[in-house]
Amino acid sequence: MTKSELIERIIAKQSQLNPREVEQAIKAIIEQMADSLAAGERIEIRGFGSFSLHYRPPRVGRNPKTGDAVLLTGKYVPHFKPGKELREMVNELD
Amino acid sequence: MALTKSEIIENLHLELQLNKREAKELVELFFEEIREALTQNEQVKLSGFGNFDLRDKRQRPGRNPKTGEEIPIAPRRVVTFRPGQKLKVQVETYADPEHQLESIGLAGESLH
Repeated sequence: MTKSELIERIIAKQSQLNPREVEQAIKAIIEQMADSLAAGERIEIRGFGSFSLHYRPPRVGRNPKTGDAVLLTGKYVPHFKPGKELREMVNELD
Repeated sequence: MALTKSEIIENLHLELQLNKREAKELVELFFEEIREALTQNEQVKLSGFGNFDLRDKRQRPGRNPKTGEEIPIAPRRVVTFRPGQKLKVQVETYADPEHQLESIGLAGESLH
């Protein structure tokens, strides 16, 4: 399911808003989630899961072409931990 | 502080002038539809954010940490999240005070 398919499914399931408003709203939700993580703020959605940042310390990497050592700075990467309900739902093997 | 559904609802209300009831319905549907797709073993790809993938794990040996007794861990399906390039770039430069020196490459160097 892509973002546009998600938008279509939501449009089909609700009657209050027109398609354009639903599309704008879904894009706004995703943008707010990304901005929140970019600001170092966790996301916690009950029944779904939580997103947080994990720190990757600086390390010496290699340029794959030349083999030269390069110092890679520390950085943050997004991490998702599925909530209990989601874990249980996907695990009901078909 | 963490971002929760209620703040997302509030933001839709302020930014797009949706009323609270409409905003709440949309936010609930957003997470519900993603969960529903994953439950149907369907990958979810949100461009600009990331992909939710499903992985089938085989049975593996485990242990009861209290008793040390060996119990197999049943086969299971798990959700994994792979952040997209745009989100990765957005968060990697987050300047957490705790790691700021390291992140600009001064780790391990003497500060005296």
